[in-house]
Amino acid sequence: MAVTPPQFLLHHDGDSVAVAVEDLQPGTLKGASVKQGTWHTAVLNQPVPLGHKFALRDHAEGDPIIKYGIQVGIAFAPIKTGEHIHVHNMRSYRWEASRA
Amino acid sequence: MGSKPRLTGYRRANGTMGIRNHVVILPLDDLSNAAAEAVAKIIPGTLALPHAYGRLQFGEDLDLTFRTLIGTGKNPNVAAVVVIGIEPKWTQRVAEGIQKTGKPVAMFSIEGRGDLTVIAEAARVAAQFLQDASEIFREPAEIGDLMMSIKCGESDTTSGLGSCPTTSEAVDHWVAAGGTVLFGETSELTGGEHLIAERCIDDACRNLFQRTYDNYMSVIESTGANLMGSQPTQGNIAGGLTTIEEKALGNIAKTGTVPVIGVLKPAEEPDPKKPGLYFMDSSSAAAECITLMAAAGAVIHLFPTGQGNVIGNPIEPVLKLTANPKTAASMREHVDLDVSGLLRFEYSLKEAGDQMMDVITRCINGRLSAAEALGHREFTFTKLYISA
Repeated sequence: MAVTPPQFLLHHDGDSVAVAVEDLQPGTLKGASVKQGTWHTAVLNQPVPLGHKFALRDHAEGDPIIKYGIQVGIAFAPIKTGEHIHVHNMRSYRWEASRA
Repeated sequence: MGSKPRLTGYRRANGTMGIRNHVVILPLDDLSNAAAEAVAKIIPGTLALPHAYGRLQFGEDLDLTFRTLIGTGKNPNVAAVVVIGIEPKWTQRVAEGIQKTGKPVAMFSIEGRGDLTVIAEAARVAAQFLQDASEIFREPAEIGDLMMSIKCGESDTTSGLGSCPTTSEAVDHWVAAGGTVLFGETSELTGGEHLIAERCIDDACRNLFQRTYDNYMSVIESTGANLMGSQPTQGNIAGGLTTIEEKALGNIAKTGTVPVIGVLKPAEEPDPKKPGLYFMDSSSAAAECITLMAAAGAVIHLFPTGQGNVIGNPIEPVLKLTANPKTAASMREHVDLDVSGLLRFEYSLKEAGDQMMDVITRCINGRLSAAEALGHREFTFTKLYISA
């Protein structure tokens, strides 16, 4: 089956973050959701390496970060759409003491 | 998943079935490692299992060490065992525990005799056991005869997208065919523990699961430590995982969709009359977790990895799969199945599951896993607290 490979994947439609499935440069990207198989377009602001996440919508400080349709963390700084998300702006909401 | 593959294994005296035929030289304690390793050197083909513990432990921690030692000897991948300990009483306790399977077991103790005498006597027995084991032939096996375990490591975001869902396909297939599967990693369910609780088959199972999880977490949380770098590990973070919750959901993605039918203590054997998916209370550290699962009787292990954990086990073959294309290329010698094509939509999850079943079938029938070929034999005990 000749399908164009996705540049990013999200687990569920509605997730607030996506995962780069190749090393990505800023620009307009095509990706898909694993659960529903829907194709999505996203605009990336900065380089994101394979396996790392970026925001699919704006997050205010304290907003939940949603992946797999479930909260997987909390934004501890404002995060703009298309921005790299990792330990510099996201932390566990379960283990208060665990942050970079 | 297509036509039924032909599986073979070694039938043991108690009816259990293994896929390897090891003669193990098992030290009771750290002091007996030297003698055990000497025997395995004199009789190549036998397998010494040196480890760090077995002295002055007490209570629940000692019980776990006994359960791990005896369970390792009882594992169906083991044909016969020579137990060597510093003193006779605890050595005998381990030997008798293993003997209940009906497999050949001999014991030797070092005090009052010295290493060299014990090595000479134990080597004679080990040679006999090895020759006898070489005449045990493979017989047809069913999935229901072969206990599987699963645990992932050095996970990254590709684990939750590819290698763990592929493992999940194999788990559902295994249980549907009457097999038993063990999963564990208690702390690594954090953020998704409610998903496991929902899958527990009844309230008794659910309450035991919740109590087990809460107990483990209270120990970790009571330290007040910043776990960043430990859980998630530095490797997880390098691979893009940010929080324990994110890691946990990837971890849980490998456990299939079948109900959880029981909760086991570390190294506890599941009820052989009740096949299905069991949760085992365990560390998420690979060597500790797989050592406990092998001691519970698991004969083949599936290990999804992202950044490339290299774990093996001396008696339980460990099969590794990854969906990370960089790891699949840079650590090729460690990878039994590359499912990175899932991320590029080159094939479906069901097709990846079929590839997994093919790799499992070949390993069961004798093909060495990458970890076996590379000599990875991590045998690591879980210690619950300080020794006396």
